[in-house]
Amino acid sequence: MKKILALSLGLAAFIGVALAGSLQAAELEITNVSYDPTRELYDSYNKAFQKYWKGAKGQEVTIVQSHGGSGKQARAVIEGNEADVVTLALAYDITEIEKAGLIKPGWQKEFPSNSSPYTSTIVFLVRKGNPKALKDWGDLAKDGVGIITPNPKTSGGARWNYLAALAWADKQYKGDQKAVKDFITKVFKNVLVLDTGARGSTNTFVQNGQGDVLLAWENEAYLAIKEKPGEYEIITPSLSILAEPPVAIVDEVVAKRGTQELATEYLKYLYSDDGQRIAGKNYYRPSNPEIAKEFANVFDLKVNLVNIDDPLFGGWDKVQAEHFNDGGVFDQIYTPPAK
Amino acid sequence: MQHHQANKRNIPGFGLSLGLTLSYVSLVVLIPMVSIVIQSANLGWLGFWKTVIDPRVMASYRVSFLCSLAAAAINCFFGVMLAWVLVRYRFPGRRIMDGLIELPFALPTAVTGIALTALYSDKGWLGGPLAQWGLKVAYTPAGIVMALTFITLPFIVRTVQPVLEQLDPVYEDAGRLLGASGGRIFRSIILPEITPALLTGFGLAFARGLGEYGSVVFIAGNMPYKTEIAPLMIFSKLQQFNYGEATAVALVMLGASFLIMLAINTIQARAAGYVKE
Repeated sequence: MKKILALSLGLAAFIGVALAGSLQAAELEITNVSYDPTRELYDSYNKAFQKYWKGAKGQEVTIVQSHGGSGKQARAVIEGNEADVVTLALAYDITEIEKAGLIKPGWQKEFPSNSSPYTSTIVFLVRKGNPKALKDWGDLAKDGVGIITPNPKTSGGARWNYLAALAWADKQYKGDQKAVKDFITKVFKNVLVLDTGARGSTNTFVQNGQGDVLLAWENEAYLAIKEKPGEYEIITPSLSILAEPPVAIVDEVVAKRGTQELATEYLKYLYSDDGQRIAGKNYYRPSNPEIAKEFANVFDLKVNLVNIDDPLFGGWDKVQAEHFNDGGVFDQIYTPPAK
Repeated sequence: MQHHQANKRNIPGFGLSLGLTLSYVSLVVLIPMVSIVIQSANLGWLGFWKTVIDPRVMASYRVSFLCSLAAAAINCFFGVMLAWVLVRYRFPGRRIMDGLIELPFALPTAVTGIALTALYSDKGWLGGPLAQWGLKVAYTPAGIVMALTFITLPFIVRTVQPVLEQLDPVYEDAGRLLGASGGRIFRSIILPEITPALLTGFGLAFARGLGEYGSVVFIAGNMPYKTEIAPLMIFSKLQQFNYGEATAVALVMLGASFLIMLAINTIQARAAGYVKE
């Protein structure tokens, strides 16, 4: 009995010390819960912000950085992973956190440009010389083209791929719903592998040599080119989607941890010239048009971009319900094989 | 009084250990299971039924069960062979080989998946030559079986190995002296001895294969109706914040696995009884 008592006392003391330690460290620490492809971006951004904060306030800041699939990350926050700020792939995922009561409504007006400090778009990554001569979305529906894209049901990024194709088809077929659906079906029949996330698809295309074209975020495509120069080319289609990965403060968490000011400054700094340039260097399009111009030799700034709030789509909630939920348009592409 | 004493001598701290065991099992197994049932109960009977008989969900069950079954069966054959070689022969590098068996457990499953895919895709070292023979492994059900075979190998080897170690070669010698062939000796002497252990290993491997997600999603290709596994269906429903349907799919898997494990355990108990007689 004494042994047990001593053991539990020891355990309690240990937990106490560990708790106290973490509380102390929590004083100037914020957690940024982000999605997969922003790894490199926030690596350099966090360093820049730490330097900025030291200069402005003379304090050291620790930034805990977490990456994963956007939807999974949102769920983790809802289920109690204490994030001070979230920087996710889709407004839809942040809205889910809002619905759970952790973020106040109206968060998308809190920061400029729909709370999206950087944007991206969907491009084609093809093998050197573009052997299948893929120039635009229409070419993806041709027979014998192998497409690699993550699954829109499991990957936030892949939903942008799907919507970009949809936007092009809607314009091409002048809103003829049947033609649009036929086109989307043809494109997805050409998909060889549906990975669960964007990085998985890049791996399938780049490392395992599958397919003729990878539908990818512009920044992912550039990273692939940087990794293996001379093996791939980026094709920017005539029309694509303006992907706005938004950022938000998790109000409940910052209130509890007293990090309101730090978290706000952290996100605001993304809009500074410095922050914008870091985004550009990591192949995200800066939302400040002046800074974006500095990267005109990297990005095709002339591409026609459609926003998710375009009447064609009508916002995330509508798109999600119509296209990506179970039984939606995307599911209808895949029918049981004939017996 | 005497009974009480006997009890005390045989099982020290019976009350304490039973209490701890019960709370442990509740905390670690039972409560999470119950929470799954409660989550899916939100759907109502009709919603539950509709979710689990959806053709795509059914197809994913089929892929999961068949591939796990195939992988466990393949390992029954090669696992026993491996255990046999490790127990009966002495050769240089035996200890290293023995140590390698557990490696599939230690490796993060995503690493397994990525490595196997790179190897077995039609551009990979092993997949390339196979593809020329018209055999595609990665991005087909064969790839799923491949990954599951790798992941579940230790179960069979490690359950059969100790039994083989205990098996006295005297019986085999006796059989040989009586003129039995090698095959006959294996069928009549060795197989009955190892069958209970083999069944346990088979059950473990099968169950593990059903739940495997990390490695399979990289090698499977995840095409609906063809190479989409049930755990991926669950994940994809979670991704839509659809907790009810996700747990419904999980519940059916749990129920089916439980029945299969129960059947295996019953056969195994019979087989063990047969050996003792």
